[in-house]
Amino acid sequence: MHRITVNTSGSLAPRWRGYAVVGLAVVAGVALSACGSSKGSGKPSNPLAQSASKGSVVVGSANFPEDELLAQIYASDLQAHGIKVTTKFNIGAREVYYPEVKKGAITIIPEYNGALLTTSVDTTSTAATTAQVDAALKADLPGTLEILNPSSAQDADSVTVTAATAKRDHLTSIADLKPFAKNMDFGGPPEFATRSDGIPGLKKNYGLTFKKFVQTDESSTITFTDLKNGKVQAADVFSTTPQISTDHFVALTDPKNNFAAQNVLPLVYKAGVDSKITGLLNAISAKLTTSALLQMDTALVVRHASYTQVAQGFLTAEGLM
Amino acid sequence: MSWAINNASMLAHLTGQNAYLALVPVLVGLVVSLPLGVLCVRFGWLYPPVLGLISVLYALPGLALFVVLIAYTGLTDTTVMIPLGVYSLAAIFPSVVDGLRSVPEPVRQAAVAMGFGTWRRLVTVELPIAVPVVIAGLRVSAVSSISLVSVGGLIGIGGLGYLFIDGEQRDFATEIVVGIILIVILSLVTDTVLVLVRRALTPWQRGRGRLNRRADMRADLPILPAGMQMP
Amino acid sequence: MSYFSFAWQWLSLAHHWAGSNGVPARLIEHLEYTVIAMVIAAAIALPVGVLMGHTGRGGLTLVGIANVWRSLPTLGLLVLAFILSGGASWAWLIPLVALAIPPIMVTTYEGVLGVDADLKDAAAGMGMTPRQVLFKVEVPVALPLILLGLRTAAIQVVATATIAAYISLGGFGRYIIDGLATNNYQLVAAGAACVVVLALLVQFAFTGLGRLVVSAGLRQQARQS
Repeated sequence: MHRITVNTSGSLAPRWRGYAVVGLAVVAGVALSACGSSKGSGKPSNPLAQSASKGSVVVGSANFPEDELLAQIYASDLQAHGIKVTTKFNIGAREVYYPEVKKGAITIIPEYNGALLTTSVDTTSTAATTAQVDAALKADLPGTLEILNPSSAQDADSVTVTAATAKRDHLTSIADLKPFAKNMDFGGPPEFATRSDGIPGLKKNYGLTFKKFVQTDESSTITFTDLKNGKVQAADVFSTTPQISTDHFVALTDPKNNFAAQNVLPLVYKAGVDSKITGLLNAISAKLTTSALLQMDTALVVRHASYTQVAQGFLTAEGLM
Repeated sequence: MSWAINNASMLAHLTGQNAYLALVPVLVGLVVSLPLGVLCVRFGWLYPPVLGLISVLYALPGLALFVVLIAYTGLTDTTVMIPLGVYSLAAIFPSVVDGLRSVPEPVRQAAVAMGFGTWRRLVTVELPIAVPVVIAGLRVSAVSSISLVSVGGLIGIGGLGYLFIDGEQRDFATEIVVGIILIVILSLVTDTVLVLVRRALTPWQRGRGRLNRRADMRADLPILPAGMQMP
Repeated sequence: MSYFSFAWQWLSLAHHWAGSNGVPARLIEHLEYTVIAMVIAAAIALPVGVLMGHTGRGGLTLVGIANVWRSLPTLGLLVLAFILSGGASWAWLIPLVALAIPPIMVTTYEGVLGVDADLKDAAAGMGMTPRQVLFKVEVPVALPLILLGLRTAAIQVVATATIAAYISLGGFGRYIIDGLATNNYQLVAAGAACVVVLALLVQFAFTGLGRLVVSAGLRQQARQS
């Protein structure tokens, strides 16, 4: 016979004792930390940072497919030429991985020169063309880092709307949004809200104030779904995302260069690479064009090919591997 | 599911990672629960406060605990494994206590009468009788852990959670479904293995047939960790 | 210790308690998601559980459901719901409700099933109709377990709603996801603290509810036996 069994503890105290213990621990912790911070014992190190690893070359990637693909291309090529490689993909946005590269926990990461400049190196920079951006980077990068040769492939942030919206409001450039922005919800990855070329940049360069910022994702499913179903009317979309053409979106032009040139290039930790490695990476960059990048992204996102397949396909086709 | 077949080796690797990240904490939970449980049976006054504290921890959402741990262990596997260990403790520890307490008094007295010392009694009589209840707790904890590891994908930890993140980024529903199915399969396989272990360790319970059906079902329905009863 | 100081640094700033990204606003969002999901889940699971416990049928199905439920990955379900629904604004509701139903249903079933047959006999003997027996005896006696199932489900929902920030939801999960995206651990830590406090409050609330609603006779019996 199955009876309801009841915890026969004889008093109501036990559960409350548990709460009391936890409560005391929390109060103690808060009190101790309040004491600690008021003594000003110096800024605690960021827990989101990762510890430096020694030995092999570490190829990292940001948390979106195109960067993971580029990192895979670098990694596959280096490995094919006998270099020991560890991969750390999908680390996070630049705010997360940039400090890691600076201190050598990541050796190589595929970067976009303009975004790198304005996000992490010099937020006030107004450099716009490839040449200007590279010059500014070379001048201002910390001593531990260097950028290698830029490729001609570019993948820039863009402000994108649906074809219907563009047609209805006669939108071709970001400047055209001025009268409509206050009624528009804008979608983008969380960091776009605070980056200098993000919401603040759109306000500064184009005088746009949107009704609301909706955190979506890194130019992928959520961003496009929200654009399609009208949850947002404009969004931050990366220019080589295949959905722009497959789903008929319009990327508005950027006459004031809010988004600087965004050539793909490797960012490296100087002490972790030698001339063989940089030679190989530069050879890849020489063959990387925007259309090649778009083709590879289409394979990944539309045909769902695997990263290694697409990477190796590119390297073999270009005779690099 | 040709995609799944084409990527079988990646999927196998992720599944293995997931299993490791989930089951090591469960084992640790077991190893900690056994002595702790024995102590709380011996010194009964210890049980309510310890249980109270553990119940409170069990109520805390997984993602929150993971990110709290980031402050101490960074973005490493340990960050996920420690909270999973705590949750395992919450499921297994009450089971150990309940299991030990479920030893019928006449059996214990018989063992004493036969001259069994405390340790011998514990290891050869009480623990074996407690096995079914303890394993019920293990099953709950193993299955929950396997599923919770995937939340670690949000902080870049390995395991099948990667399939959800990548699937979102590439608008690839198939990848997500494959991830869900693999997690469910891994859980069911682990659960079955534990049931087999229980049967292997309790030979005296075999062949009782229908009589035991309700009790078996009760043991198979571990919706709540044993001991999480009335307020 | 260091976790607490990060959380404190963010939480101690007054402007973080105001506006659409402030703690009160996010709390209300989180509670909205939780309450809506719980009401729907309970509306489905309670009647089914009571009925199954009353008739004693369907236990095996419940075993199956229970096993599968516990293994379902919340993040996967949330993303899948988003994609399959085309980004509907209610996409999050499906996984939240789906994950809340099993604990409510199973514990309600167990509770009602386990009511002492003698009690039911006595009630029938006193002239109660089967329906009266159900509502005046079985359900009240099963109430402790029913509340336990509701509590388990509520905590599950609070946790899943936190993760749902990944598919653009608000609530306290927003702090965690946004903080991770911008390398702002203070924000992450504050988000975790808010979620933890909320989970504990939910735990408290149900315990308190139990004191209020479970008949004094049952609680007395619990204490004495």
